[in-house]
Amino acid sequence: MSILIDQNTRVVVQGITGREGEFHARQMLAYGTKVVAGVTPGKGGQSAADGVPVFNTVREAVSATEAGAACIFVPPRAAPDAALEALDANLPIVVLITEGIPTNDMILVVNEYRKSSSRLIGGNCPGVISPGKSKIGIMPGQIHKPGRIGLVSRSGTLTYEIVKLLTDEGIGQSTVVGIGGDPIPGTTFIDVLPLFEADDETDAVVLVGEIGGSDEEDAMEFVKTMSKPVIGFISGRTAPPGKRMGHAGAIISGKSGTPQAKVDALNAAGVRVADTIRDIPGFVREALDRK
Amino acid sequence: MKLHEHQAKELLRDYGLPVPLGVVCLSPPEARKACEAMGPVVIKAQVLVGGRGKAGGVKVARNPDEAEMIAGNILGMDIKGLTVGKVLVEPALEIADEIYVGVTTDRAGRCNSLMISAAGGVDIEQVAEETPEKIARIRINPALGLRDFQVRQAVFQAGLRPEVIAAAPKILQGLYKAYIALDANLAEINPLVVTSDGQVIAADAKIVIDENAEFRQSALEKYKDTSADDPLEAKAKEIGLNYVRLFGTVGIMGNGAGLVMTALDEVKRAGAEPANFLDIGGGAKADIVTAGLGLILSDANITVLMINIFGGITRCDEVARGIVAARKTLDIRIPQVVRLTGTNEEEGREILRGADGITPAGTMEEAASTAARLASTGR
Repeated sequence: MSILIDQNTRVVVQGITGREGEFHARQMLAYGTKVVAGVTPGKGGQSAADGVPVFNTVREAVSATEAGAACIFVPPRAAPDAALEALDANLPIVVLITEGIPTNDMILVVNEYRKSSSRLIGGNCPGVISPGKSKIGIMPGQIHKPGRIGLVSRSGTLTYEIVKLLTDEGIGQSTVVGIGGDPIPGTTFIDVLPLFEADDETDAVVLVGEIGGSDEEDAMEFVKTMSKPVIGFISGRTAPPGKRMGHAGAIISGKSGTPQAKVDALNAAGVRVADTIRDIPGFVREALDRK
Repeated sequence: MKLHEHQAKELLRDYGLPVPLGVVCLSPPEARKACEAMGPVVIKAQVLVGGRGKAGGVKVARNPDEAEMIAGNILGMDIKGLTVGKVLVEPALEIADEIYVGVTTDRAGRCNSLMISAAGGVDIEQVAEETPEKIARIRINPALGLRDFQVRQAVFQAGLRPEVIAAAPKILQGLYKAYIALDANLAEINPLVVTSDGQVIAADAKIVIDENAEFRQSALEKYKDTSADDPLEAKAKEIGLNYVRLFGTVGIMGNGAGLVMTALDEVKRAGAEPANFLDIGGGAKADIVTAGLGLILSDANITVLMINIFGGITRCDEVARGIVAARKTLDIRIPQVVRLTGTNEEEGREILRGADGITPAGTMEEAASTAARLASTGR
C-alpha cells in the first residue's frame, strides 16, 4: 500500500514554469510520477517540463486532469495563497516545498487545512516518496529502494543520508515523509505515525527529529500504543540555546525544544534512539528480528 | 529581528497602548533636560538583551542632577557584552501592581496565544515552570482574531484587579493587532503597571519580528540593530547564508540544516568542538561555497575545516569548484577534510584529487573523526 501517495497519484505542480518548478517537475516525471498538470497564472495553454499542460488556476487543472495532489514551488510571498488555492480545489494531498514563509501566514493556512479533509505537508519540506511508485518533491529518487520501512523526518539531506544507509544495507522504504523544518508544519509526527501503523506494507518506522518545539514528544503517547517498532534519531544535540540552526523551527527556547527532552521522551516510549546515523540500519534489523 | 524597548513602545502607541511619554537620550545632558521636563524619571539602558535591570541598567533619578549622573553611568556600560549607546528616559511610576501580558507563537497549539498573568515584573518562563496556574493562556483562532469574549476569559481567569479588567480589551486587542500587522513572533508587556493612582501603563515592551516576514516589513528596516549580533553572523545574514558562530576549532560547512546539525554532533562525538554551523542550502553554486568558506575562515580559532556534502540537487562538482576558488583567493593554511557524496560525486572528487592539504572522506562519520584528529594534532 505505502502511505499518502502511490503509482496512481496524479500531481499538479504549482509554479511549474519557474526554475525550481520546471526542474523538479522533470525529475518527478523521470522517476515515474504522474505529473499531469502545472499551474502558472497567465500561462494557461502552454506546456512545460516536456509536455505537461499548464493551466491558469488549480481548479481548471484539476477539472481537466483529475489531479489528486499538488506540489507547490511558489516563492514565500505567494506560497500561502497557492496553498489555500490547492485547498479550495479540494486536493487531498498538498506538498509545500517553499522555505521562508512567514509563520503567521502558515498558522492561517495550517488551520484552514485542519478544518478540512485535505492534508498539507510542509512548508519547507523535501516532500513525500513511495519508492518505486511515486515521488512528490525534490528528494533524489535513485538513493531510495522499495521496501517495508517507513520514515518520517523534519530534515531534507539528513533524511537522504539515512535513506542511503538503509538502502545500502538492503533495507528498503515503503514511504519517506519529509515534514519539513518550519515551526508550524502542516503535518507532523502524530499525523504520520498512525498511517504507518495502519499500512500493511510498513513493518517499522524511523523517526528523525531535531531541536525545537515538542512534536517528537507529543507523538510518544501514540507510539506507546503502536505494534510496530520505532527507531529514532535527534539532530542538534550540540546546538546552543536561543540560536536558530538553519530551519526556522530548529531553535531551543528556554527549556523548550531541547534535544535531551526529545531523546528522553523517545526512550520512555520504547523508541530505540541512535546516537549516530550509522547505527540506524542495525537497530532497524534488530527491531524486525525481535518481532 | 529584535526591537529595542523604545522602538516597541513607539510602534505600540500607534495601536492604542498606554505607553509612557519617554524620550531617547544619547548623552547625560540630554537626560538632565528630560528630567527637568518630566520630574522624577526612570533611566533605562537600551540594549537587545534581557536582565538590564539586574545588571544595573535601569535606575530611577529623582532630580536633574541625579539624572545626569545616572545617565552618565549607564551610557557606555557593558551589559552582557553589549555597550549601552542610548537610554530611554520616562516619567517614574508609582507602581502598585505589575501584570504580564504577551502574545507569541504557540507551536503545540499551531496558533498564536495570548498569555496574561497577575505575576508581572518577573521572568514569565519561571512563572510558567513554577506556578503555571498563574498564567491564563488563550489560543487565538487565526481566522477570527482575538475575540472580546476571549479577552474576558483571560482577565477573569488571571484574577486581575478592576482597573486592569477595564483597560484590558483595548490593550489586548491593540497588542494582538500590532502583533499581526508587524509580523511578530513575540509581543509582550512585562510589566503592565497599575500605578498608585489607578492608571494602567505599559512600563516595558518587547517585540520580536519574524525573520521570514522581513520582505514585507520594510518600514521596520530602520529599526534593525545588528550591533548585538555576532559580527560574522551579521555578515552571513547580509550575504544570505545560514551561519551560527560557536566556539570550537573545527569549521563546518554542509548542505541542509539537519545534516549540518548532525555534522556538528558527529564532530563533538569524535572529541572535538565545532566552531560554527553553516548551511549552504540546496543547489548552491560555487560562489556561495567560496563565500561561505571565507566567512568560516574569518574565525581565527579554527584549526581544521570540514566540508560535508550529500548532494541531491546540490552538485558535488560545483562545491569542489567553490573550494578550489576559495583556496586561490584565501590563504588557507589549515587542513581541509572534504566529503562529497551524491550528484556528480566522481567529478567533484576528481577536481580535488591530489590537492595539497585536502583529505578526502567517504562518510560524514569519517570526515568528523578525521577532522577531530587534525584539530588536535594540527596536521
